[in-house]
Amino acid sequence: MAVYERVYQRYTGLTTPSWARILVLPRYALRDVFRSRLLVFFFALCFVVPLMAAAVIYARHNLPLLDTFQLSVDDLIAVDARAYYYFLDAQFGLGFFLTLFVGTGLVSRDLAHNALPLYLARPISRAEYVTGKLLTLGLLLSAVTWIPGVLLFLFNGAFEGPGWMVENARLMIGTVIGSTLWLAVLSMLTLALSAWVKWRPVAAFALFMLYVMGSFFAFVTNQLFRTDWGHLVNLDQLVQIVTAALLGAEVPDGPPVAVAGLALLVFSAFGLLLLHLKIRAYEVVS
Amino acid sequence: MQSPPSAAPPVIELDDLRVRFGRFEALAGVRGTFDGRAIGLLGPNGAGKTTLIHTLLGFHKPSSGTARVFGRDIRRQDKAARALIGYMPERDSFIPGMSAVRFVRMMGELAGLPPSHALERAHEALYYVGLGEARYRPLETYSLGMKQRAKLAQALVHGPRLLFLDEPTNGLDPAGRERMIRLVKDIRDSGDVHIVLSSHLLRDVEQCCEEVVILKDGQIARACNLAAERQANRKFLELELGAPAASDDPRGARPASALFDETSRSGVAAIDAFVDDVRALGASIARGTKRQRLRVVLPPSVAIRALYERAASGGVLIRHLDYKRDSLQDIFLQAMAGESGPTSAPPQPPAAAAAVSASAYEEAS
Repeated sequence: MAVYERVYQRYTGLTTPSWARILVLPRYALRDVFRSRLLVFFFALCFVVPLMAAAVIYARHNLPLLDTFQLSVDDLIAVDARAYYYFLDAQFGLGFFLTLFVGTGLVSRDLAHNALPLYLARPISRAEYVTGKLLTLGLLLSAVTWIPGVLLFLFNGAFEGPGWMVENARLMIGTVIGSTLWLAVLSMLTLALSAWVKWRPVAAFALFMLYVMGSFFAFVTNQLFRTDWGHLVNLDQLVQIVTAALLGAEVPDGPPVAVAGLALLVFSAFGLLLLHLKIRAYEVVS
Repeated sequence: MQSPPSAAPPVIELDDLRVRFGRFEALAGVRGTFDGRAIGLLGPNGAGKTTLIHTLLGFHKPSSGTARVFGRDIRRQDKAARALIGYMPERDSFIPGMSAVRFVRMMGELAGLPPSHALERAHEALYYVGLGEARYRPLETYSLGMKQRAKLAQALVHGPRLLFLDEPTNGLDPAGRERMIRLVKDIRDSGDVHIVLSSHLLRDVEQCCEEVVILKDGQIARACNLAAERQANRKFLELELGAPAASDDPRGARPASALFDETSRSGVAAIDAFVDDVRALGASIARGTKRQRLRVVLPPSVAIRALYERAASGGVLIRHLDYKRDSLQDIFLQAMAGESGPTSAPPQPPAAAAAVSASAYEEAS
């Protein structure tokens, strides 16, 4: 199909492997994300806490610097489970707002403009389409949660030595598993809302309300019935319980860790079910 | 419509394909083998045209039966089948916030083209459909005709072997429609791709397709090769009979209906006698609902003059005589009226085909 000839010709060149096609969706979506200056600014903002943490780690291992500022090591935050817990809590909060901006339009845009038949007429399945969209959020949220967490761990490990790394391996493992669980739940619920609420601002508001109303409902339930089980509908608290347990930090109030983990899995499964029902080339009214 | 014996699998094979949505059966046991370069899918709204295309694309799961695209089973090898297909949907479908070239490139990459090849093909496809100058514009700023062509470009970008075009001229002005038809013909004539064109516009199908599949109530009502049909459908004569000017009638020739009214025994007898006389010549005759209208296929050895002679001797007047040929509209109307031609049958010999056409006249007229 050369331009100068203006005649149709079949493509006979190389083709990419099947798995590589899934990566096309996040590649294009992320490129769109970083075309927005506001999002680039917010994304950069997400690295303020990790950079500050890195500065603290550096300062803890630099006695001349501490002397300059007349500080002792004890004046700085220790790199332990508690510090990681607060670090992840801050990053999860920022990641949530990043998801509000980016995630809520990922599927709704395609559905609102009937683009799903175009995707699904290609050699990709519905599951691969959803995987591609999840990867978009997954990559973005990983970049602000467990990746900086692991880098900080390695940074501190470089100063402390391999003994510290082995002794505190739980920090790294807890960071990776806790973050992955959090981003999986958040991504699936966000995509499900994006699929069911085609108008992006409304989808963003619905996601925000899901978190806010969950906390509020949990608070009211706990106060009324003098229990901690109300936190079962508080996504933020559930994530904090599981993450704290994984890191070995003090676990906040709420249901047992296993129940909290199970509840997060139920939320994820619910999100997947909603996606399964909605992600179709065409809706058929039986 | 029957595939010639060859090693290559047919373009589309359908074997008792059924698709059910709740209680509604959208495809009710569709069978057929289609091998044409350009296949027109015709039928009224709700006949199952779009459902058939969507099922072949894997959008709907068949409730029973099988379908194959180039030998790939759409249930078990759906991705392999879709890799060979390009699809231009009927509805307005695009990804907002993207330029046309980025949109088409992305579709190419999703179909398996490496990014650099996809970009090159996207430019070429957009030039090909006439959007070369507008390819950097966001899709949402395109007119309807431009969006239609962008949809065609995304369907072509990966160089499919089979192209599904669902109502490609929908909503286009005459110039846009002409341009789209020209493109479809050009793609067809390239010889590299098979086309399935779904439309309710007979003219579009007649212009672009060599085979026609007419769907009705989820079944194939008629499948035929248009070229063979044109060749086989020998011209027939359409006659309108009237009463001769009677000596006792001062007004001269009366309207045909006056003589050949159902209540007029003499009229009925005269026309019946004329029909018998003409049949004796070896002609095929179809009678319309109005008795004075006939469709006649004469054997090659019989001249038209013989009709006038029989009419004169039988006391009837041939008021109108014209050569006609079955159009796609006739074929469509026959299929809708329930006159089903052979599905996937070899082209009929001319006389037989003409007889089929003629026999259908009664219902169509």
